[in-house]
Amino acid sequence: MRNVYVLGTGMIRFGRYPDKTVPELGAEAALIALKDAGVTIKDVELFACGNLFQANAMVGQRILQQVGQTGIPVVNVSNACATGSTAFREAYISVASGMYDITMAVGVEQMGKQGLLGGGGGGSDPAYSTEGRIGSGLMPAVFGQAGMEHMRKYGTKLEHFAKISVKSHQHATKNQFSQYQNEVTLEDVLNARVVAFPNTLYMCCPTGDGAAAAILVSEDKLKQLAGGRKRARVAASVLTSDPYTDRDLTLPDVNTLTKRAAQKAYETAGIGPKDVSLTELHDCFATAELVHYENLGLCGDGEAGKFIDEGGGKHPSLGGKAPVNVSGGLLSKGHPLGATGVANICEVVWHLTGDDRVKQRQVPNAKVGLAHVIGLGSACTIHLLTV
Amino acid sequence: MAEQARAPQAEQPGKRPILPIFKLEPKPHLVGIKCSGCGAVFLDVKRLACSKCGAAGPFHNVPLSTKGKVWVFSVIHQSFPGIKTPYITAIIDLPEGVSVKSNLVDVDPLELQKNPQKAFGMPVELVASVVAKDRQGNEVVAFQFRPSAN
Repeated sequence: MRNVYVLGTGMIRFGRYPDKTVPELGAEAALIALKDAGVTIKDVELFACGNLFQANAMVGQRILQQVGQTGIPVVNVSNACATGSTAFREAYISVASGMYDITMAVGVEQMGKQGLLGGGGGGSDPAYSTEGRIGSGLMPAVFGQAGMEHMRKYGTKLEHFAKISVKSHQHATKNQFSQYQNEVTLEDVLNARVVAFPNTLYMCCPTGDGAAAAILVSEDKLKQLAGGRKRARVAASVLTSDPYTDRDLTLPDVNTLTKRAAQKAYETAGIGPKDVSLTELHDCFATAELVHYENLGLCGDGEAGKFIDEGGGKHPSLGGKAPVNVSGGLLSKGHPLGATGVANICEVVWHLTGDDRVKQRQVPNAKVGLAHVIGLGSACTIHLLTV
Repeated sequence: MAEQARAPQAEQPGKRPILPIFKLEPKPHLVGIKCSGCGAVFLDVKRLACSKCGAAGPFHNVPLSTKGKVWVFSVIHQSFPGIKTPYITAIIDLPEGVSVKSNLVDVDPLELQKNPQKAFGMPVELVASVVAKDRQGNEVVAFQFRPSAN
């Protein structure tokens, strides 16, 4: 496999855009990334587009109908919350394999104010709907219980989960792309209404709209096009699905596939978790972030509570030894499903290259960044990027 | 409540289980299928192959115990229209080596939030209750779990 670099990136602020279409949102991000890369759509040889809610509607081609119809191969990707990162991975593989030299990945979603995701059942007669009658399959229930497993095994407290939300919101005040940019106190988080115990409102990510894009190139193209600009290399691109584990079919196991993906990513890149300067991980709920500290090796098994406690939450904070979600994460930045996986790669790339877009929240001396996404059902991607 | 003398007539409205793995006769209970290769138990009525070992079966029906233990739970405060909240959703480990998800009833959800450790390992038993009427007028019967002595 060849070395692959991220030449350009673009994203629009996550939020609500009821007056725009999905292709328009995606095209905006694509045009920013192309400009950032210093290339045009005519240079792009393959386009992988990630979108979930219009997966049957050729979103990638409709983006090119806005940006430039050059006739290149377009792959439309759908992989739950890992949709955008899977599209990025397709664009990566296309260059790494030697087949193409310049590819583009876009992740885009428009969710509006759609609320709870998942659940259902019952077929054509709602009388047989299972949701709420024989338990809950909704995402808040799944991730609430993932946190409860940690509580059962290690005695984790509500405050541990709540501190993650406080940290996320603090970080988001420095991110102009974040859907929410307000601080919350520990009391605010603990006293907010419960959505699915132990997660309160501020411990659940919002729904929203957004888009992000990246231009990937081979080493030869980088030399031609970078013009001396510092660019990040994709040191590992890993995708896993859920292996058989006890209870996985009843309560999705979000841990095992993440641990496997992390192990594979570190092996591929030849580095360990201690080398990681910053991590953008999939904090769809505060409970998810806590368990992923361990799954990604940022701390030992059973130590996630201590990890968030130490130094008053300093470890995973900006300025701490292992900053996590300095963008604000999904909890504050937002989680337009298909856009998320590309956006967190953008965030990592910006820190590694000293991009102006993170000047308010720059992680100093960032050399290695990790971007993690999990889509329920399940899919996990991990990208390691280095400079 | 589900102990009927005869199976419901085709045209006569009767009781129908919410899922095919839930049997109302002779007493309400769940039935899984077991892989003859590796022994994994699934909450399905049929299967092409085993997702644990990959064997194409054969699979045998296994009646599942009506007693189990709570693995974890969540208290749901926001749900679909028509679902009364808060309620407890729980993962119940059954002795046959499979876990099932359902509501935990006869436990105060808000009290449990104050003392969540109480639920971990709690012995529970299956109960059946009518949750809806379908378009043909049948009563839809669901399974839920409540605390038991052991």
